[in-house]
Amino acid sequence: MSDFAIRVENLGKRYRIGQTVGYKTLRESLSNAVTAPFRRLRSTDRRTPGENPPMTGDKQGYIWALKDVSFDVKQGEAVGIIGRNGSGKSTLLKILSRITAPTEGQVEIHGRAGALLEVGTGFHPELTGRENIYLNGAILGLKKAEIERKFDDIVAFAEIEKFLDTPVKRYSSGMYVRLAFAVAAHLEPDILLVDEVLAVGDTAFQKKCLGKMDEVAKGGRTVLFISHNMAAVKSLCSRCILLKDGGIELAGLTSEVTNKYMEALFGTPTSNVTFQEDPNLRIQFLKAKLITSTPGSNTEETTLRFEYLVREEVKSVLLCVEVRSPDDLCIFYSNDDLLNDNRKHKIGKHTITLTIPSYLLAPGEYLLAFGFWEPGHEPEHFPGVRLTFRREEPNSRLSSHGIHWPGLIYLPVTWRYIDEDCY
Amino acid sequence: MGTSSSQTSKVISIPIIKIRPVRGWVPVNLGELWDYRELLYFLVWRDIKVRYKQTALGIIWAVIQPLLTMVVFSLFFGTLAKVPSESIPYPLFTYAALVPWTLFANGITRASVSLVQDANVIQKVYFPRLLTPLASILTPLVDFVISLVILIGLMFYYHYSPSITMLWLPLFLLLELILALGVGLWLSAINVEYRDVGYATPFLIQLWLFASPVIYSSNFVPERFQVAYGLLNPMSGIIEGFRWAILGTEPPSYLIIASAAIIAIILITGVFYFRRRERVFADVV
Repeated sequence: MSDFAIRVENLGKRYRIGQTVGYKTLRESLSNAVTAPFRRLRSTDRRTPGENPPMTGDKQGYIWALKDVSFDVKQGEAVGIIGRNGSGKSTLLKILSRITAPTEGQVEIHGRAGALLEVGTGFHPELTGRENIYLNGAILGLKKAEIERKFDDIVAFAEIEKFLDTPVKRYSSGMYVRLAFAVAAHLEPDILLVDEVLAVGDTAFQKKCLGKMDEVAKGGRTVLFISHNMAAVKSLCSRCILLKDGGIELAGLTSEVTNKYMEALFGTPTSNVTFQEDPNLRIQFLKAKLITSTPGSNTEETTLRFEYLVREEVKSVLLCVEVRSPDDLCIFYSNDDLLNDNRKHKIGKHTITLTIPSYLLAPGEYLLAFGFWEPGHEPEHFPGVRLTFRREEPNSRLSSHGIHWPGLIYLPVTWRYIDEDCY
Repeated sequence: MGTSSSQTSKVISIPIIKIRPVRGWVPVNLGELWDYRELLYFLVWRDIKVRYKQTALGIIWAVIQPLLTMVVFSLFFGTLAKVPSESIPYPLFTYAALVPWTLFANGITRASVSLVQDANVIQKVYFPRLLTPLASILTPLVDFVISLVILIGLMFYYHYSPSITMLWLPLFLLLELILALGVGLWLSAINVEYRDVGYATPFLIQLWLFASPVIYSSNFVPERFQVAYGLLNPMSGIIEGFRWAILGTEPPSYLIIASAAIIAIILITGVFYFRRRERVFADVV
């Protein structure tokens, strides 16, 4: 027996992106118009997306959504597929789940594969929750007997017992999504192909969803997970494939691949940047620098040092700083309104620092955006460049079971032992 | 779709699926269709359940449609135009034809839009696409059974006792379903790319009704053109077959053979055309 679950070899998929027709004479275009429907019928018949290229010309009409993609996924492995929009992730998933056929190459899948490109596929609004469980289950490939066996679990998971016989069009969106996910979660294929769209909805639902996926992955099943969400990929997948422009850019350990992806997205991590002088600006940055003290420790601080130049005194201008996560979520914001020093706005060069108690941040990548902004006006100088820093896992925290703690920040909490009450 | 048949390994039964580019004409994978029989059941079940939801009259529509058409036809063609009905009361004569006709018309109407209606599912989940039009063809069978019951009531009313020829009914029904499937496959596959089908189908059905021996008897067509009639309109053989089986009119010998031949051709070409277009449904629909 082979030990791979999915083997992809030289996979390619070409799409057609509209026809480019240049007409020459009125007579030609008229006869074109007359024969066009028939010609179109014939030509699409021969050159549909997913078939041979035309012999000559007309080459601009095609785009390779996927090209020369080869990889193996072992039995029981959880592999993440990452990449920007349009890198070919969804096309790959559609081919693997047999929704669309490849143009070239081949795939071999060993085991019963279940694909989840969205939850609630085929739900009918007029049908009741009960009826939709059966319908959706059947569409996702469950046998009637399997659905019957899992029915109670599905209902319990979705928490919709009371509304089981209500048409789903009367459901709240939350109930709808819960029911849809409940059915999907009870699919038990050997190989699970999942799109990130699964991780929609509110945070609680996302968590439930990812938790279930984690269960599946740890339960020895093969999982192929397509996502934008680096945190989810990191927690689920041991290996990762980075797609770029329809090809594999990098494949390897999740941490390596996600780092590479982050670099590609935000540029190489920089901790130091110098700006050109621009006489049009009333106030501008000259230099920005990041200094981190004792990385990884419980006293770690990150200091941002700015050098800036004031050409014209603007009293109300603010130096703003944002710390953002790689998902571009603002973790916190601050500005120099907090710095009560009148010297900071005098014409000339200045140096100020901002010290962030970064030991409060969870391990991971962080981006720092900064700029000068006068409330009620256009930003004065908001450089597009961002400083990045990475916070390592402090050893003290790793000690408990060697796992990452969830959450974006670590607050200095206090645990206290109050009383002993033994029997 | 881009799959070859799933084989089972000898040691443990782990299905192996191979996905390859598909080119040219592909035969239908009957084993796979059989594996998905439960989905077919659920699709038909869904269509039947949904069919008369939020309607005031519900299933009564299944009775009204052919019955009211029968009344109108009887009035205009039977009583006023005096269309000959082979010494059978005209209402019975035309209703016996309307029962299979309504099944056919409803079936192909539903089938023609089926893939587009289920576009969302087609883009997200794999299953043999053939099931979608097939389910549409089978759904109107419920109405068919109800109108068949009405027909038996009519027969009692006109003192017509069913004869042994009734046993042929399932055969004609099967032929009809095959024809509906063949036509439905063509229309649904074309409709994925050309929504013109949505406009053309009602029109096509209207013309087809008048070209079929519903209002009149196929004896209208001269003896030497009977084969041509059966070839050009395969519904003619089926409708006359129904009439013969139910009312004991003349057996439609040549007509049904010609019709059966053309039905086979329509089904085979329909399946192949459908299978050829199937691979792009998800991209185009």
